[in-house]
Amino acid sequence: MTEGVATTGRPAVGAELRRFVRFMLAELKPKGKILTPFNLITGAIMLVSAVVLTIRFTKGLGAVTNLSQDYPWGLWIGFDVVTGVAFAGGAYVLTFMVYILRMEKYHPIVRVTVLNGFLAYVFYAGALLLDLGRPWNVINPVIGNSFGVSSVLFLVAWHFLLYMLAEFVEFSPAVAEWLGWRRIRRYLGAMTLGAVIFGITLSLLHQSGLGALYLMAKAKIHPLWYSEFIPILFVVSSIFAGLSMVIFEGSITHKVFAHRASRRLHATHDDIVVGLAKICTGVMFVYLVLQLLVFVHGQRGEYLSTGWGAWYLLEIVGFVAVPAVLYAYACQVRHMTAIKVAAVLALVGIVLNRLNVSVIAFKWYAAVRYVPTWMEVVVTLGVISAELWVFRWVVNRMPVLDVIPGLSDRPDGSLEPVRSAA
Amino acid sequence: MKRRDLLKTLCAAGGASVAATALRAEEPGAVVGERDRLGVLVDTTSCLGCRMCEYACADANGLPTPEADVELTATRQTSPDQWSVVCRFETDRGPVSVKRQCLHCLQPACASACLTKAMLKTPEGPVIWRESKCMGCRYCMVSCPFDVPKFEYDSAVPKIQKCQLCFDKVQEGKEPACVANCPARCLTFGRRSELIDLAWSRVYGEPDRYVRHVYGEHEVGGTSWLYLSAVPFDQLGFRTDLGTTGYPVLTKEFLYAVPLVLTLVPPFLLALSRATRARDEGEEEYDDGGGA
Repeated sequence: MTEGVATTGRPAVGAELRRFVRFMLAELKPKGKILTPFNLITGAIMLVSAVVLTIRFTKGLGAVTNLSQDYPWGLWIGFDVVTGVAFAGGAYVLTFMVYILRMEKYHPIVRVTVLNGFLAYVFYAGALLLDLGRPWNVINPVIGNSFGVSSVLFLVAWHFLLYMLAEFVEFSPAVAEWLGWRRIRRYLGAMTLGAVIFGITLSLLHQSGLGALYLMAKAKIHPLWYSEFIPILFVVSSIFAGLSMVIFEGSITHKVFAHRASRRLHATHDDIVVGLAKICTGVMFVYLVLQLLVFVHGQRGEYLSTGWGAWYLLEIVGFVAVPAVLYAYACQVRHMTAIKVAAVLALVGIVLNRLNVSVIAFKWYAAVRYVPTWMEVVVTLGVISAELWVFRWVVNRMPVLDVIPGLSDRPDGSLEPVRSAA
Repeated sequence: MKRRDLLKTLCAAGGASVAATALRAEEPGAVVGERDRLGVLVDTTSCLGCRMCEYACADANGLPTPEADVELTATRQTSPDQWSVVCRFETDRGPVSVKRQCLHCLQPACASACLTKAMLKTPEGPVIWRESKCMGCRYCMVSCPFDVPKFEYDSAVPKIQKCQLCFDKVQEGKEPACVANCPARCLTFGRRSELIDLAWSRVYGEPDRYVRHVYGEHEVGGTSWLYLSAVPFDQLGFRTDLGTTGYPVLTKEFLYAVPLVLTLVPPFLLALSRATRARDEGEEEYDDGGGA
């Protein structure tokens, strides 16, 4: 940080520091109205979450959750971590498309996607800490006093950590531009390709690793959802989960932060969305074929006539096959609303799939089923709210949506004033 | 592409191959019952259901004394306060009492699932839990095919609780508390290979008294606790659908793929990113870090 300004001589450092502090103080202040419905609702949710978490950390997990000896993992793992990470898959897919395959068309949305991915990991993987019974020992597998390298969870934990670093490096040029650190910006920019390559590799492994966690729950997951191919199904579905999330988020971000988006993004947004929808179509059909192979291989036919079979068909047909066909149709006729509907359906399908593996079809034979408490739900919403607040803060300040590829500095003066509350 | 990137990729690949070596050394499949572990044989045909083992267990491990007035049912479960329970099952041959506790697998799912090695298979045989290592993630509970590890949900400083096979005692050559206090002598402590011989000699000696199955000899790769029964084990609430493969084997293929992906994917991506470049020159045609 000081490196960039140190060249101007010692006395300048003090002045630069003062200017930096003034700048930060000004930026930390909210921009726009504070008492908006969104702020009031999410603020209330976060307050209640804070109270619930205080109880959780003083009285134990049992005081606020319905977790039991039969269901050691509930909503916080099944939704926040397992589903949240699948939704964050858009970052590795888009960086692959833009930095490795050089599909310039998608350049305008890479930065916002990487930001979303990074925040998703920080908050959703961070939610893991809320679920740990003994979180003060979380550093044990990191500092090396006890490496459980035969554990899939060890791999997943390390990959979360490293991937967060990689995504931060990928996003860091935006931070440097915001702060006006030109020289540092150049160094950070040069690190992008390395971070992207490392990040894609890590993503392939931990997206599949989240599925591999459940390989040892063989006797506990309903045979319609358990197979030795869970890791492959997870990684393939993370591609369209991530891209569907990009489409879904993009449609909201594009409206809410319209004033922040560059002219280029405005002009090409629909093209980008149609392109992403085409990729989703392809990957979803691949995923359906994989599911069919697993179905045949696992001789699952006999289960179809049961209630679980109907639930399985709802997930696979209703929320994978239907959105896949809808995506295909909507791309043909360039129907933007239909694409958004398909994206939402696909996202619901991912939620169903991840929750089925981790919670719903887990211990499907148990006498007492797990249903989350309202407090677990509120904390989950609180985590999402906190993420949205940070996302909004960043987008309203840093060049995220208004980035111009090839320009390493933030364009001066051309920024419209910020209107939305932040 | 810069030389730096190439170096970074090579470093990542190097790191991955180190990880690969470590993996191999940790692979639990290498110890399939080769070393002769300590274990216990339970002869359910002679169990009186007196629950002396429950009291001895609580006493030896500083757990609350079990309630005296309880009905023995088929659904009794071990708990954070009680590592050993006696269940009773109605079977074809009348009521049968069965002591339940951790089976101390030869290839424990819990230990291979543990990312801090808090769950540890000791060379002697007991699978123990170490408080200073555990982060409370409960992956051991997800993995254990017998649902043995129990978590203290009502504590701000929770522990994982399960039978430790009286590790301190067996290290000193003593019997576990439950075995030492069984008045019916239905528990036998010893080397696992000898217990298996003993079990089968009983089965062959009195073929009408026992079913021809020693539970735990092959289940999930073998367990340190072994059971004899007069009726098929599914009538005693044992899971008979677990197979004979050690549970850590289920994740082996995935874990072996990890170093492969870590070494092969980065160079491939690097090559791909070079191949897609418009012109072959030293510097990027645009500042790639556009960050985005």
